[in-house]
Amino acid sequence: MELSALVPFLAAAIVAGTPILFAAVGEVMAERSGILNLGVEGMMLVGAVMGFMITIVTGNHWTGIIAAMAGGGLMALIHAFITVTLKGNQVVSGLALTIFGTGVSGFLGKSYQGMPTADPFTPCVVPLLSDIPVLGPILFKQDVLVYISIILALGFWFLLYRTSWGLTIRSAGENPAAADAVGISVSRVRYLCTIIGGIMAGLGGAYLSLAYVPSWQENLTAGRGWIAVALVIFALWNPLRAIAGAYLFGGVEALAFRLQTAGIQISSFFLSMLPYLLTILVLVLVTVRLRQEAGAPLALGVPYDREER
Amino acid sequence: MYKVRMVRREHNSMWVEVIVPIMSIILAVAFGWLFLSWSGHDAAATYMRMLNGAIGSKYNLSETVVKAIPLMLAGLAVSLAFRMKLWNIGGEGQLYMGAFAASGIALACGDMSAWLLLPLMLLAGFAAGAIWGGIPGVLRAYWQVNETITTLMLNYVAIFWVSYLVFGPWKDPASMGFPLSARFSLNAYLPVLGTTRVHLGLIIAIIIAVLFYIILNYTRWGYEIRVSGESQEAARYAGINVTRNIILVMLISGGIAGVTGMIEVSGITHRLQQGISPGYGYTGIIVAWLARLNPFAIILVAFLFGALLVGGFGIQTMGISYSIVLILQGAVLFFLLAGEFFRKYRIVLTKGD
Repeated sequence: MELSALVPFLAAAIVAGTPILFAAVGEVMAERSGILNLGVEGMMLVGAVMGFMITIVTGNHWTGIIAAMAGGGLMALIHAFITVTLKGNQVVSGLALTIFGTGVSGFLGKSYQGMPTADPFTPCVVPLLSDIPVLGPILFKQDVLVYISIILALGFWFLLYRTSWGLTIRSAGENPAAADAVGISVSRVRYLCTIIGGIMAGLGGAYLSLAYVPSWQENLTAGRGWIAVALVIFALWNPLRAIAGAYLFGGVEALAFRLQTAGIQISSFFLSMLPYLLTILVLVLVTVRLRQEAGAPLALGVPYDREER
Repeated sequence: MYKVRMVRREHNSMWVEVIVPIMSIILAVAFGWLFLSWSGHDAAATYMRMLNGAIGSKYNLSETVVKAIPLMLAGLAVSLAFRMKLWNIGGEGQLYMGAFAASGIALACGDMSAWLLLPLMLLAGFAAGAIWGGIPGVLRAYWQVNETITTLMLNYVAIFWVSYLVFGPWKDPASMGFPLSARFSLNAYLPVLGTTRVHLGLIIAIIIAVLFYIILNYTRWGYEIRVSGESQEAARYAGINVTRNIILVMLISGGIAGVTGMIEVSGITHRLQQGISPGYGYTGIIVAWLARLNPFAIILVAFLFGALLVGGFGIQTMGISYSIVLILQGAVLFFLLAGEFFRKYRIVLTKGD
């Protein structure tokens, strides 16, 4: 590919990777605290539809963003209640959340099907920086949510690895009994991180319905929530690596789209398979190379029961 | 001041085992009621329409059975994997691969006698599903690759593969542009009951349920699966070949999901087409879980969910989204999980300060 074609391609890769990045960073936070939430797909869908509907009602995309965060957060609250307070099975609860969210979003969004977004996010050109050759058009002519997603990923990395709060969160995921012994409320940490995960998934969904697509249709996420879950493993539970991973997946998606429009004779169905096959490949490579689920929080998926200490 | 404490139950009482699933369904229905009312619909009328659509007439009842059959098979398929705590959520993709392979046989050998053709299609469906479930099984058994993600990702691959076929090489020239394969020859049709659409798949599902019951309760292999499900460490210590069992269970689990695809194309659609499953693979997970993985309970619960699906189609004419069915399914699971808590714990109030 020539440079002139490469620049818009890389810019598109970032756009395609952004919804996954939001959701994956959120899931990193939840899993770091010990809660596996397989409901990302459902939370994203609810975020997408809430953001879309409220933006139509108010005509302002920022109110839509707030609604999407609230929608995702509320969904996550269900998961937190079942898995933390009631110590329920995290895998089943997550699956239920995805089914439930698919239903809720389809129900709420039925009359909005196919409508264009009232106030879509449009690229904002960063002065000066966008004039840098090559890098400028790739990085600095994006919509504002792209910058927010990167800032949030960096912020959560800093929080996790450079602050005492981060240590608290990680200890809840690694050794909740020890965390409890030094006076950390494992339940509170897990609730908080699960809800952060939901808010981020809601943002990722809203990015789809308000910036990327920008429209609403049933099942808008098309498996991106699940790719985000896989990306967490790829990123070894580190928000910084999630950035690279999200853009890699975005790149595959953008490539599939470009090959199609370039009229290259591969069936579009095979190209559509690529992100899913890549997820499997990456998962296998990461797991095989690191032997078992190295890097996973030790207490991931295990309910904490104080009585059993 | 009373202190609230949660105390783990020493042993489970039998009635909780039955009452929790029933209560979770009742509460989910109540939740759906609130949701419908809140969104400005007439909940009572909606539920009546659903009930009527599902069991209101002989024909409606037979349609409920038609939808229950794939749910029985899909539920049985994943239940075996769940016994070993293998999270096979790839039933949907395994179903599509089974449908693909069975259709391939039906389209290629249409003039073969039904006595030969149908078993061949069944075998092909099983084999294709088994491969689709076996890949994540091998990855999990040898390299601990998370099977939740791999089985799920393979769902998308399988669905795109079937789409490719019906839009491309297998497209029927006579379909006037619709993405459908050619219609199978009559030899590839599963026998049906009278004038209904209820087909032989019902018997296949019941046979598999009986087989599962016997295997799990009366054979050494069933014992191995149950022990491995409790603790893989303990199973290895007891000399059980866990690696082999993971692969075997995933092969069979995927294979039965593949059979589900076979009976759908052979019994219902009579051709390969897009959307042969409205998520049977996923609903099967709920069915299996609600039935506490008991094979006979799966048959019953599948009937219930078949009614929910058929009833859900009915309310669309009232302008209510089919999505309400998914909301109810999700809610049933949530209440079931919440109920699980009361199965494991007692709430104790103690006087203290």
